[in-house]
Amino acid sequence: MMSRVPFYTIVVLLILAGLGLAISRHIQMEIPFLPGEERPVWLVEARIDFNARNEPVLVSMDLPDSPPGFRLFTEQAASPGYGFSVIRHDGNRRGEWSIRRAVGPQTLYYKAQFLQAGDIEELPEQTPPLAQPVDWDEPQSTAATQLLAQASQRSSTPESLTRELIKLLNQPEPGQNAALLLSNHSEADLLVKLLNQAGLPARESQGLYLEDARRRQSLSSFVEIYADERWLVFDPKTGEQGLPDNVLMWHRQGMSLLDVTGGSGSNVSFSIIRQTVPALQLARAQAEEHGFGQFSIYQLPIEEQSMFKLLLLLPLGAAVVVLMRIIVGIKTSGTFMPVLIAVAFLQTSLLPGIVSFVTVVALGLLLRGYLSRLNLLLVARIATLVILVVFIIAIMSIVGYQLGFNTGMTITFFPMIIMAWTIERMSILWEEDGPKEVLKQGGGSLLVAILAFLAMESKLVSHLTFNFPELHLVLLAMILLMGQYKGYKLTELKRFKAMVDRT
Amino acid sequence: MKWASPFALKRAGILGMNRRNVAYIGQYNKRSLYPLVDNKLKTKLLAEKYQVTVPRLLGTVVQQHEIEHVAELVTNYASFAIKPAKGSGGKGILVITGRQGDDYVKASGSVITQEDVKRHMTNILAGLYSLGGKPDVVIIEELIEFDDRFDGFSFQGVPDIRIIIFQGYPVMAMLRCATRASDGKANLHQGAVGVGLDIATGRCLNAVQFGEVVSHHPDTNRALNEIKIPYWTEMLELAATCYDMTDLGYIGTDLVLDKNKGPLLLELNARPGLSIQVANGCGLLPRLRHIEKLKRRHSSAKERVLYAMDAFGLPDELPPVGQTGS
Repeated sequence: MMSRVPFYTIVVLLILAGLGLAISRHIQMEIPFLPGEERPVWLVEARIDFNARNEPVLVSMDLPDSPPGFRLFTEQAASPGYGFSVIRHDGNRRGEWSIRRAVGPQTLYYKAQFLQAGDIEELPEQTPPLAQPVDWDEPQSTAATQLLAQASQRSSTPESLTRELIKLLNQPEPGQNAALLLSNHSEADLLVKLLNQAGLPARESQGLYLEDARRRQSLSSFVEIYADERWLVFDPKTGEQGLPDNVLMWHRQGMSLLDVTGGSGSNVSFSIIRQTVPALQLARAQAEEHGFGQFSIYQLPIEEQSMFKLLLLLPLGAAVVVLMRIIVGIKTSGTFMPVLIAVAFLQTSLLPGIVSFVTVVALGLLLRGYLSRLNLLLVARIATLVILVVFIIAIMSIVGYQLGFNTGMTITFFPMIIMAWTIERMSILWEEDGPKEVLKQGGGSLLVAILAFLAMESKLVSHLTFNFPELHLVLLAMILLMGQYKGYKLTELKRFKAMVDRT
Repeated sequence: MKWASPFALKRAGILGMNRRNVAYIGQYNKRSLYPLVDNKLKTKLLAEKYQVTVPRLLGTVVQQHEIEHVAELVTNYASFAIKPAKGSGGKGILVITGRQGDDYVKASGSVITQEDVKRHMTNILAGLYSLGGKPDVVIIEELIEFDDRFDGFSFQGVPDIRIIIFQGYPVMAMLRCATRASDGKANLHQGAVGVGLDIATGRCLNAVQFGEVVSHHPDTNRALNEIKIPYWTEMLELAATCYDMTDLGYIGTDLVLDKNKGPLLLELNARPGLSIQVANGCGLLPRLRHIEKLKRRHSSAKERVLYAMDAFGLPDELPPVGQTGS
């Protein structure tokens, strides 16, 4: 007897490898285990309005570049007549629209879908930013120094300094210093200047509050300081630290949000919609970025992908046949013919498939009855049957079309040669073992074919086989195990029933 | 309840299809030896070497054009059997028992033309009856004149004796009698009567048709419990020799009793069916395990037969089940 240990080791390894790969791909590439799973994404549309002055126009807008907590899924720009391109400079992305000449009010659109991606650790800047030198007018300089001294007295860390400054600026009755400075600066701008003067690298950034079905929104200002090797976000109005979950950071670095040359009165506004997209689509879009993605079926041309989709179902059909024959003990004519019939059913859909299959085989059997009297050589007889099967299908197509069914078109998916052989085998079986055996084996084949079809047609199954081909290793292990099954078949429990009763 | 529990079957020692395939056929029958039994022509030639008596070979047809000369080939014989060399389960066997002018009379009494016979041979050559549809060879054999002691036990056709040989030991035997329902064929699933035989004596133990116990042949009404196979020991020895001949550990041997020649080997089967258990009313597993546990195996067929008769025969003259059965 062959040793069991290597065999079961292989089976366990196959199962572990299949499940392990599937799970790691699920985690790494976020391929969903269930079909039809959907993820929320935010569709943000930026609308740029300005008046063109009948001269060359160049519009440049800062585009979000891996905003914290979000991932860019798709983006597109719609602006008739304008050239559009995305320019990368110093790790900053800007969208640039350009046109030779434009007059009057102009509207440009930029649309992007963002996926809420949980917490993503921000990497520290490669070159730590330095505090910018600040130029004040004389009276402002004094006010700023006093304000800073006041705030630093009550603080110990960069964060607490920032909070104290925000408090001072936001008092219901700001002090003289604060009032003076606020009259010339916006809150955020002022805060950034003050912080820089205090030797803290700080910048103003702009983010968008995401709320479903909002139109004409504008960006809100935030202040970021660089401390402990990362950027900390503060709301300059409330002093709240940290970025709210529903804020998409749009403009963080670079000079300006929007530059328009050749136009005036420019304005950016945003519309926001919450959408859901299939999780699978998201996963595919990311496939290229990940190491695993390089080896995935998604990389193949669409045409080949759809072929693989069908091909990857075959092992499951084969497993159904193995199960039905080894464990249940159903007789079929031809070992894997049921799988082929089931594949044909996949193309024709079940009921028309069964009707066409049974009709073709029945008509074929009738004609074969006559053929058997012609005393033909076997190969010639099968060839004749193939031609007859083609004729039967052609006639059925025409009749079906006239009657308004289009089953005829789909029936061509049945493999002709296999149909011809089936008819031949059935006919011999009829002569040798009688019609009962024909019904038994034909019915068995059809039953197994239907079960294989039901298994292969299931959305979940086709989703899993296609997106997690490694699960076939698990299936392989199951088939290997079934191949070793030494117990009784279900049908044998009935077959040998009388013997148990007697003893 | 219409189903037996698998535990009950196991307790009864019944061998199932999966266990047979994996633990017996798969383990004891080397694949490379299969052609010896799958090809009846090879079996026949091998049997002659081992002095196992087989029906005489009248001729073979290998090429399609030879079929035209078949009339000449068989003209000297009133009766003969046409078989595919690689057939299985009795498929494709045509038995001619006589002539009617240019036509042939089948065993069932129906008359067929020479064209029918030629077509049958064509089918055989094309591989219609062979395993896997491979091209085949036609064997024409002398017909067995079966012993009249079996008269009334079989409706048309020859009753044949199936003996399972495991590791050279006969472990179980049955007589298969054709019936009207089985159309003169000796296949149990087609309605032939299976008669379980005592390994020690060749006496009837039990008889079934379609899985139900019967006491009399349904067509001739002869009491089946009268059956006692003559030349039983010779028959077992003939069957046991097939192990030495083929080296296959688990085989079914099909034998017939010819009036003049005594026991003849008809064919071997490397995948014998499981109905023999139903016919015997007894599971195969305990006997197979008994042989597997033997410390020292006997080297000669004669010794093995004696051992099996002793080990598997009924201890005393128990009334056969068929007598008391429903």
